[in-house]
Amino acid sequence: MAAETGILAENLPQQALPFLYLVAGVMFIQGLRDMTHPRTATRGNAISSGGMLLAVVVTLLWFDIADPAIVGAGLLVGGAIGAYLAISVETTEMPQLVGLFNGFGGGASAVVAGAELVRAVAAGGGLSVEFTVTAAIAGIIGSVTLFGSLVAAGKLHGLVGDFPVSTTAGHAAKVVTLGAAVLAGSVLVVQPDLFGGVPAAEWVPSYWVLVLAASVLGVFLVWPIGGADMPVVIALLNSYSGLAAATTGFVLDNSALIIAGTLVGASGMILTVIMCNSMNRSLTNVLFGGLGTGDDGGEDMEDIYEGNITETSPEEVEMLLEVADRVVIVPGYGMAVGQAQHAVAELAELLEENGVDVEFGIHPVAGRMPGHMNALLAEADVPYDKMRELEEVNPTFSQTDVVIVTGANDVVNPRANEADDSPISGMPVLNVWEAGTVIVNKRSLSPGFSGIANPLFAKDNTSMLFGDAKESMQALVNEYKEQMG
Amino acid sequence: MTFVQNLTLFVLAAFVGYEVITRIPTNLHTPLMSGANAISGITLVGAVVVAGEGSTTLATVLGFLAVVMASINVVGGYLVSHFMLEEFSGGGR
Repeated sequence: MAAETGILAENLPQQALPFLYLVAGVMFIQGLRDMTHPRTATRGNAISSGGMLLAVVVTLLWFDIADPAIVGAGLLVGGAIGAYLAISVETTEMPQLVGLFNGFGGGASAVVAGAELVRAVAAGGGLSVEFTVTAAIAGIIGSVTLFGSLVAAGKLHGLVGDFPVSTTAGHAAKVVTLGAAVLAGSVLVVQPDLFGGVPAAEWVPSYWVLVLAASVLGVFLVWPIGGADMPVVIALLNSYSGLAAATTGFVLDNSALIIAGTLVGASGMILTVIMCNSMNRSLTNVLFGGLGTGDDGGEDMEDIYEGNITETSPEEVEMLLEVADRVVIVPGYGMAVGQAQHAVAELAELLEENGVDVEFGIHPVAGRMPGHMNALLAEADVPYDKMRELEEVNPTFSQTDVVIVTGANDVVNPRANEADDSPISGMPVLNVWEAGTVIVNKRSLSPGFSGIANPLFAKDNTSMLFGDAKESMQALVNEYKEQMG
Repeated sequence: MTFVQNLTLFVLAAFVGYEVITRIPTNLHTPLMSGANAISGITLVGAVVVAGEGSTTLATVLGFLAVVMASINVVGGYLVSHFMLEEFSGGGR
């Protein structure tokens, strides 16, 4: 670490720095604890950011900052970009923005570890094994996080298309790049006698070869993964950005990085596991399996749908809603794409005003990131106690008169409950078909991400309301207002 | 601190993180992720030191780059989280 000659270091005992880092760490933990309830969550976020401010300010005043202008410029530029992105982003673009931020955090950790290596080599003296091993790990995780996140954000934003090469070639590329990264890491740790026990050059080439290989690995890891599996990917990259920070904490011997980074690592990992369980798939299967090969065939789909599809209109649906006592709305990614959350929220509010019991049934993997639907509905002022999780809402469908499914498909597919070998077999789904009537609002009968037909659409109590989510929901709102108002 | 002391910190923090985060409801998973994301920008603490100490030109350039990336992460993450949580508290009437 740098010279400890800042104003705080001169005036406080040496233990003050780790103590203040501990205070910051406790503030992060308290901030996360407050996230357990929407009422206290805003305060939690403020406490957490206070911890961050404390840690940064203490650091600036503790260490010898020879070049305050450079540090200040970096903080200003980064802070301005971050603030601009946060303020200007549309709610629908949230998943890619969160993904992008993850990437920058991971990338920063990889670069810090590299800069510390360069500094240590320039300062002379040997590099300990703990130092080089943790730097190599931080470099790999950080670079994978940065480039994986860039690809994920690019895919979510529609800038990056489908994976251009075959799955086998993709797997081979992962193995080769991982191997190269590990090899470069070994060179960094062992530093063969060839180089006289020190890196080949002052800029520590082996580390940057490692970073390059891990960056390519990040690209190949995320690129083949499809859109509906993005909640898992975003959560996992979130975890990685924390782990990268924690490992960099080992490199710098800095307790603030270790505590904070580990908390984030744990948080992202828990979300990842929840997302995988909600699809009844293993993490390996999501990352390397691939889904939706479409081998189910169109004939099967025609067999199921032929003559069994009932089409309905906003007028008919409105009549159903007039006599309903309980309505459950099931949103999916289509609601996010169509930006229909405000129309959906307005419909729910109108129904409530007329004495109808309205709730939202939200599947954990609906959308493109954990809690995506909840965030969209909250933006449209839907009270959070109206948003029900799968386990809560499933037992209530038999007492529900009308279910409106808007922009969801696989998460309401009854085939998931059958023990056949369909790609979604065993996945927990919303049993909407147990309700009196199911209205499915969708643009067409095209399959969801799994690529299989949905027998729900052909059921006797299901009617299809074809059309864009926003237009259809708005039409329902207008019709209901006209009849009831 | 020694390597093992750091490892102790790591293991204990992992358990604390697990206990706290499993209690966070699905509703708040998106703001949690962007808030946690901001916390991972803690690497900023390391970045400002390497950028500021003026060791070698390369270390300074790398440090500057890291400061920029980490502060995008910190400021953006906390702000996004804040805006989202405002929506939730508003919807809680």
